[in-house]
Amino acid sequence: MRRYDKNGPLAMGFNLIFLVFILAPLVVVCLVAFTDKGYLSLPRDGLSLRWFVAILDHPEFIDAFWYSIYLAIGSATLAVMLAVPAAIATARYRFPGRGLVMAFFMSPLMVPHVVLGVAFLSYLSRLGWAGTYLGLVACHIILIMPYALRLVLASVTGMDRSAEAAARSLGATRWVTFRRVTVPLILPGVTGGWVLAFITSFDELTMTIFIASPSSTTLPVRMYQHITETIDPLIASVSAVIIFITMVMMIILDRIFGLDKLLVGK
Amino acid sequence: MKTWLPPYLLNGPALLIFVVMLVVPMVMTLILSFNSFDFYGGIQEDYGWHNYLEVVKDSYFHEIFARTYGIAIAVTLICIIIGAPEAYILSRMSKTWRSLCLLAILGPLLISVIVRTLGWALLIGNNGVINEVLLGVGIIDTPLKMMFTTGGIVVALVHVLVPFMVLSVWTTLQKLDPQVESAALSLGASHFTTLRRVVLPQVMPGVLAGSLIVFALTASAFATPSILGGRRLKVVATTAYDEYLNTLNWPLGAAIAVILLIANVVVVMSYNRYVERKYAAVFD
Repeated sequence: MRRYDKNGPLAMGFNLIFLVFILAPLVVVCLVAFTDKGYLSLPRDGLSLRWFVAILDHPEFIDAFWYSIYLAIGSATLAVMLAVPAAIATARYRFPGRGLVMAFFMSPLMVPHVVLGVAFLSYLSRLGWAGTYLGLVACHIILIMPYALRLVLASVTGMDRSAEAAARSLGATRWVTFRRVTVPLILPGVTGGWVLAFITSFDELTMTIFIASPSSTTLPVRMYQHITETIDPLIASVSAVIIFITMVMMIILDRIFGLDKLLVGK
Repeated sequence: MKTWLPPYLLNGPALLIFVVMLVVPMVMTLILSFNSFDFYGGIQEDYGWHNYLEVVKDSYFHEIFARTYGIAIAVTLICIIIGAPEAYILSRMSKTWRSLCLLAILGPLLISVIVRTLGWALLIGNNGVINEVLLGVGIIDTPLKMMFTTGGIVVALVHVLVPFMVLSVWTTLQKLDPQVESAALSLGASHFTTLRRVVLPQVMPGVLAGSLIVFALTASAFATPSILGGRRLKVVATTAYDEYLNTLNWPLGAAIAVILLIANVVVVMSYNRYVERKYAAVFD
């Protein structure tokens, strides 16, 4: 191994087994998706795209995919719009209850998603909002707010304020300073927060399954319903598409932010 | 403008939606958990502890809670045993290898749990890949039963959650001064002693923080136990789901949810207190 690699053969072996453990289920999903058989099987007699073509005959998956995208865009955008002022307040002001407010915004991380689902279902049905787009967006905002806020807060806290002071002293109004100086400086954190919020919303199953209706079914919910009835190559090909899309997003994110930084929130 | 006003104005919109969409629904769920349920009349407007008493007294629920927390402990321990060494190995890799391995380990966190669980269903099913290979090679004659077992759920949940452990330990390791390790080695400590006496104590906060995340997420896991456990192997989250959407006994489902939440909060808080007391010096 290289000069800077201090691992012995035992450690390298462990690492290899660990990586196989992590990647095996995902690789298997992709392999099964390419099967040429009509049932679950590895593609032993040649690869086939028939199960990917079959997705086109199942509009319920395609509709659910687009619904998930709209839901994730709507809730991530609103969550970031709420997170930016909240982050600015926390980073720049000392006020009574500051720690408490922050803990409050982070608290959804402590609440099991199934508990949120239970609570939102009874609440939304009482309001008559169950299964509506706005209802789902409102619930998803609560769920993804901690992720958005953490990254936005990190970038606001780490921002150099002298540029703002310079703009103000040169006669820029508060609003112009915010739009032309502050926003560009915190943009990486805001984008990172948005992306993480988007992914969290897009992937969410446990809470959404309580509040989704047949007309507002997200992709994970649709997939769950399918899997509890039958596990067939079709669901493998749908999953393979998701894995592919996520991998592309992941590589882009890793290039821009570094994946470990994004997930730790530093 | 008054000086104390801006922070509250800036926090206002988020606070408002959190009160309307989090505090109110949670309080309503708490109230609902005291109502009773009648199969013909639906939810009754009375209040009492009967739902909680039912959960506390019924052995059916004891089994479900025991299974849930048993799985959570097992998953947490396995994640420590394999996740912490992996993080240490990562920290000693060359830069290129490390970023590749980190991408492979952390990447799955961004892939939906349902996809990862499906992967395990395809691997461990009776007609799954593992059985297909083992039967094909001739090691076994009848398919191994791994699907719908607690073991299957544990393995899949370790797979879903071990990245959190690696991430947590890895973050702690990055703050570590590599020269301390070199010093121990140059002063004649064996590799094993260095690991045990120098590295391990310093990464313990990372291990403990990771354990907390893994434990809390396992205890409330839904998709993986539901798909790999089937109808029979219920955990707390799937039980609450069934009460809500199949039996339609919302008050009982709400009571189960409240108990799950309180149990989680108690575990997290007491664990935090324990860790802070024990590692006060490390955190300062």
